[in-house]
Formats: sequence, C-alpha cells, structure tokens
Amino acid sequence: MRDPLALAISAAALAFTTTALADDPKQGGTVNTIVQPEPPGLVLGMIQNAPTRVVAGNIYEGLLRYTTDLEPIPQLAESWDVSDDGRTYTFHLRENVAWHDGEPFTADDVVFSADVFHRELNPSARAVLQHVESIEATDEHTVVFTLTEPFGPFLLSFEAGTFTMVPEHLYAGTDFRNNEHNDHPIGTGPFKFANWERGTVIKLVKNDDYYEEGLPYLDGVNWHVIPDGGSRAVAFENGTIDVLPSGTVENFDIPRLSEMDNVCVTEEGHEYFSPYSMLWMNNREGPTADKRFRQAVMYAMDREFARNVLWNGLGKVPLSAFGSNARFQDDTLEPYDYNPERARELLEEMGYDGEEVTILPLPYGETWTRWAEAVQQNLREVGINVRTQATDVGGWNQRLGDWDYDLAFTYLYQYGDPALGISRTYLSDNIAKGSPWNNVEGYENARVDELFNEAATAYPDSEREALYKEVQEILHEDVPVGWLMELGFPTLYRCDVKDLVNSSVGLNEGFRDAWLDR
Amino acid sequence: MLYARLIIMRLFKAVIVLFLIVILNFLLIQLAPGDPAAILAGEAGAADQEFLNQLRERFGLDQPMYVQLWRYVSGIAMLDFGYSYRLGVPVFDLIMARLPATLLLTGTAFLISLVLGIIAGSMAAARVKKPSGSIIMALALVFYATPLFWVALMSVLVFSVYLDWLPAYGFYTVGAGYTGFALILDVAKHLILPATTLALFFMAIYTRMTRTSMLDAAQQDYVKTARAKGLKPSIIQRRHVLRNALLPIITLAGLQAGQMVGGAILTETVFAWPGIGRLMFEALQQRDYNLLLGIFFFSAALVIVFNIITDLVYRLADPRIKGAS
Repeated sequence: MRDPLALAISAAALAFTTTALADDPKQGGTVNTIVQPEPPGLVLGMIQNAPTRVVAGNIYEGLLRYTTDLEPIPQLAESWDVSDDGRTYTFHLRENVAWHDGEPFTADDVVFSADVFHRELNPSARAVLQHVESIEATDEHTVVFTLTEPFGPFLLSFEAGTFTMVPEHLYAGTDFRNNEHNDHPIGTGPFKFANWERGTVIKLVKNDDYYEEGLPYLDGVNWHVIPDGGSRAVAFENGTIDVLPSGTVENFDIPRLSEMDNVCVTEEGHEYFSPYSMLWMNNREGPTADKRFRQAVMYAMDREFARNVLWNGLGKVPLSAFGSNARFQDDTLEPYDYNPERARELLEEMGYDGEEVTILPLPYGETWTRWAEAVQQNLREVGINVRTQATDVGGWNQRLGDWDYDLAFTYLYQYGDPALGISRTYLSDNIAKGSPWNNVEGYENARVDELFNEAATAYPDSEREALYKEVQEILHEDVPVGWLMELGFPTLYRCDVKDLVNSSVGLNEGFRDAWLDR
Repeated sequence: MLYARLIIMRLFKAVIVLFLIVILNFLLIQLAPGDPAAILAGEAGAADQEFLNQLRERFGLDQPMYVQLWRYVSGIAMLDFGYSYRLGVPVFDLIMARLPATLLLTGTAFLISLVLGIIAGSMAAARVKKPSGSIIMALALVFYATPLFWVALMSVLVFSVYLDWLPAYGFYTVGAGYTGFALILDVAKHLILPATTLALFFMAIYTRMTRTSMLDAAQQDYVKTARAKGLKPSIIQRRHVLRNALLPIITLAGLQAGQMVGGAILTETVFAWPGIGRLMFEALQQRDYNLLLGIFFFSAALVIVFNIITDLVYRLADPRIKGAS
C-alpha cells in the first residue's frame, strides 16, 4: 500500500533531523526567552495568534513539520500516501505517542481535532476543510482524508499551529471555549505546561516521556513577559534573556544587540509563514482606483532604501504578488524598480490633479511609523499629495474593515502556497466589509477569479503552474496592491544555544531540538 | 456620632456617583473605533465572517446598545464584572490578581513621596535665603518637569545597565526559586527603581507645596506669639508652622492616593511590573471593554473612598472643620 515516494521523503526527513544534531548535544539547562505581547491563552487550535503559537508550538504538535524548503517531514504522522487522483490522503501515525496526561494519542484524536474541533473554532483550518469530504480512522493508527476534489496545498496544511492535534478525551462533548483544561494545556509535544504567572512568566518543563528518544535536551523554557521594547533589549543585553524571538525588539536596536559578543542572528524559521508586507490601495475610488496611479506608486517607492535602512538589510524586495517562498512564483516578470521619472510620467498620463491621498501606517511600532514616513516622502517627490493618518490597532482594523482609507500598510502570511495565502487577497468573492484580512483593496477581475479557483483544485502541479503563471502576469500589470517587502524577521540568541531554528516555523517549535553548550 | 453620620451620607452619595460613572464609562467606550471581535480576529491573522459572528455573539456585541448597557449595569449591581473578552477569565479575578503588585508599588511610592517631600519642603522653608534651600527647590523643579518615562529609562540605563546594582525589570527574579526572607529582599530590590521613579514627581510637588505653605504659615500672628514667648525655633516649625501648613498637603495626598490603582501605567510598562496599569493599557489596546470598565470602576471607587478619607483627615488635622462639607 505504501507509496515509495512517501517513504523516500520520510527517509530524507530523518536524515535532515540527524544531520542537524550531529554536534553531540548536551543535556539539561533552562532557556529564558520572551513572548510579546502576552498571549490571551495557550490552547493552540482555539487561538492562532503569533504569541500563542510561539509558546504553545512546543506543547502541541501537528501531523507534519516542514523543512525550511517547505518539504513535509514526519511529526505525529510517521508517513503518508497520496492516491493517484490526488483525492485521498492516508496518514500513518506514530504508535508510541502519549498525551501529557498519559493517555495514548490515536487516530480518533486526529478525527476529532480535524472534523469537530477545528471545523467549529479555527478559520484557517476551516478554509482547508471545505475541500474535505470525509475524515476516517481506519484503524487505531491510520487516518484517511478524502477530498471533494484535488487540493494542491493540502499537504502544507498540517503544521502544528494551523492544524493542531487536541486531545479528544478532554474536549469531546464539552463547551470548548469554557473547558476546564484550557488553563492547563495538554499536548503531545516535547514540553509540558508548568505554570503561568500572568504578567510575568510562562514556564514550560521537559516532557520526560517524549516519543523522540533523547529529546528534548533542555529541562525547561521560561517565557518572560516584558511589555516595553527598551526593557526587553536591556534584559537581553544584561544576560537575563538568552533568546529574542523576532519582533520582540525594535529594528533600530538590532544592529547594536547583534554586535555584542556571543550573539548570533538568524533570519531563518519564517519560511512557512513568509510574512509579506503590502500597501493596500483602495481600488474603489479616488486616484488609487486608477491602475496608472497604482503603478506610479510602485515606481515611486524606494524599497531598497527601506530594506537597507529600516529593516537592517534583512528581507527581500518582492518581485510581484507571489513571494519568493511561494510555490509557482514566476521570476521572469519585470521588476518595478525605483524609477521616479516613470512614476511622474504615469501620473501625468492619467491627469492626476493633486487630489490628497491619505496613508495609514501599521500601528505595530517605530519601524512601521518610520517606513510610512519614508513612503510619504517618496510619494511627495513624484508629486503625490499625501498625508499620514495615525491610529491604534483598533482604529486601523476599523478603517480597513470599513474601506475608509486610500493607502494603508499591512502584512500577511503567504503560507507557501498561493491557494493558502495569496489568492485570498485578490479573489472578488473575498470582498466583505468588517475584516482587515480579506480582499480589502476591492480588486475585481473575473479572469483572476477563474484562474485562482481553477489552480487551487487543478492536478497535478504542472497544471497549476500554467494557471498561476497567467494570474501573476495579470496582477503584475494591474497592481491591485503595492508589494512592499518580503519581511526578514531576525531571531537573536546567545551563540551557545544550539540548533534553535531548524524548521520553517522556527522558534514556534524550536526548543524541541535546542540544547545549551554551557 | 458626627463622623458616623457623615460617613453614611458620603457613602450614599458615593453609590449614586459610581452608578453615573459606570453609565458614562460605558457610553464613552463606545466612541473608540474598532471592536474587540475584529481585534481578536486580527491577532489571529485569519478570520472568516463566521469567526467574527461567533465572537460577537459570545460577547453579546450583536445586541443593541441599550441591551448591552442594561446587561452590564445589572451585572455590576450584583458585583458581577463579567469576563475579559481576550483572556476569557473573570474580570474580578484578573483585577484581584494584579492588585497586590500595584498597591505595593503605588503605596511605596506614595509613602516615599509624602515623607521625603514634606521633609525636603520643611528644610527648604527653614533655609529660605540659603544656597542649600535653593538647591532643594531646583532639584524639585527638575523632578517636577522631567517626564516620567524618561526618568524610568535613564534610571534603568544607569542603575541596571552601567552600574548593575539593581534589576532592570520584573517583580522578582524568575527561576531563582527564592522563598521567605530571600524572596522579600528580592522583591524589594525590584521595587526600588519603579517606586522611586513613580515617587519623584509627587515628591517634587509635596516639596514645593510644603515650602510655600509653611512660609505662609510662618507669617501668621500665632507664630509671632510663639516666638515672643520664647519657644525654640524647631518646635515652632513643627507644632505651629507645619501643622497649619498641612491642609493643602492632605488635599494633594488624597488626590495621589486616589490614583493608586490606575496611576502607574508608564512605570509598570517600562519596568514590566505585573500590575493594574498595564492590564488597563492592554485592555484599551485590545478593546477589551469588560476588563477596561471593571478597572475604571475600581479606580473610581478608590477615588471616592480616598475623598471620604481625606475629608476625615481634614477634621483630625484641623478641628475647626465641622459638619458635612
């Protein structure tokens, strides 16, 4: 029954894990790190925001993990087969896995998690599950997903934070959100929840019964809660904190901190999410409704400058709608290089009369404010009359949800596959007031809809590639949104914390393999 | 007897005031853009309409405003503050969990500022035309004029980063496992920087006010009399001048005490002190209305309580004040 390809992948994956650990790791020690902001809760599957993922990704697990090249490798599923028509996925589960309370992990947990728990609570899993016709446990350690039609990115959907396995024996038949176990999360992961002193620290301790022999090496991980960015930098400087996850200090502190002795920096560990920053441009009204204006904005922005100065040279200036980690990216498109002359020509051609446009920065800290200032200056240089509006997170959400803006900064995850993280920005049936994460710009193009929808369910991949090539050409010409930056988020850590980032979700599951060389 | 009647009268008024405050807060909060469901969805980075609807229904935000108001007010009447939207924990529990840390911080700062402020002010009043008096007043002016967050950051830089004498942040040393006396000492060390930072501003005000009002009192006839009957200057300062100069200081102390619950947002944020101020700031950013309203309620109640206490202390300090004010 087993597919030789799947076995080869599992073997390669095992090789990947072993080479990463060839350095003769030491046992023991506790790592101090930071979670920012303090998460609302730790039940992954119920809450999917970044701070919950980074802590709870060490407590809970999914069926698969992903290498930094987004190849699936085993986690709770040991191997998997895909039927020839791309509609049936069979997962063979590990047999020696126990929940933190000692109960065995079985196929029933998978069916419950996917079919009941996530269908009710989890919007990102729900988007994938609409392609799933049935989920069945054929024996205690085998689960079969049958799809309504082939869905290209299906194998990319099983990451722990997106498709978390939750224990059926604790949740079945209860009111999930008020379940008494929410205060004490029970997973299958390398670390167990120990305690949470709100406002101060979340402590995880080693799971001695973890199924991977010898893992984890660390005795525990302390996640400190420090609300001020400056204080977080100080805590790292004076040695209290060993690891600064990305986004926990302001960008302007990073060069100083990374030049300290015994401090290492890595940009890896974000490939799965591929955070991609965009400039919403309101396609409905005002100058931004004109394609030439939007192209002019693309030419007017000096994105290399923003990357080098504001983002410390990390990240990539994107080519087009598909980021460089996304599958099927067409890298033959002609880039929108910094070209103020061309921008002025386009503005003249459309007869731009100096009507004021507003720009809404992302209220996520200094870097974003400064970036908005830089873009404002770029736009003024080509003659666009632009004014910045400041707001907080609530105001920003409401403005975008009500379509009450001209230009606005954001960033979204691309999740490696266009059908998971890219099409949602451009599909016209994804236009709806009230959310800042759908097709906020109001772009409507019937051909684009058709291509995206067909490509999501086309099979095999060669079919998808042709469809995505065409859609990229159209988007590149229409510029529904501005493509600002494939963000490079640095993780700073003491160099004696080894093997910290070794998969495409980085720190979200990094402490599984990490060890201290002290 | 008189006090008992006064207290009952004031408590009765307090309930009415609190009720009006609850309604006003509830209405004010509706003016803030954005709603908690959208913010929670935003944090998750992915949301479909179903997710938003589920949240709004769970929070009761799908109801018309008057229904929401009625539910909230009737809850409060039974001392039920509801659940935090973001944390899913009863608001009352959250506030109670954070209250000790905040009271420790603001209480310490209150004592430091009051005691040192009065001492510095009296010293300055006694040294009116001397350089030492001018130095005290100059320092007071500097502390009065310097923004709190700047003092906080600089003190971290000097005392934690360069000198490495005091911890930079937190309530205690995480992972050190101290107990008993060692823990008390550890917390005290963590308390020094935030409490001093918070105390400086009020200390400066107390200093200036004590000095002015003591100089005023020193001009009074009864001071001349005391001097004429040959009392020692130190006794005149303490018994005749300072005591008469206390009233404005009590007023101010009452104001400061009323801010003890919510008045330390900046300090708590910079020093990662797990208190109410931070909880309030985060609740505001998250549009966690229930939590925010709960904290407002507690702050308002505390202000009212301290107003009553201040009135009573007036009467102790100056027996001439009688009857309901």
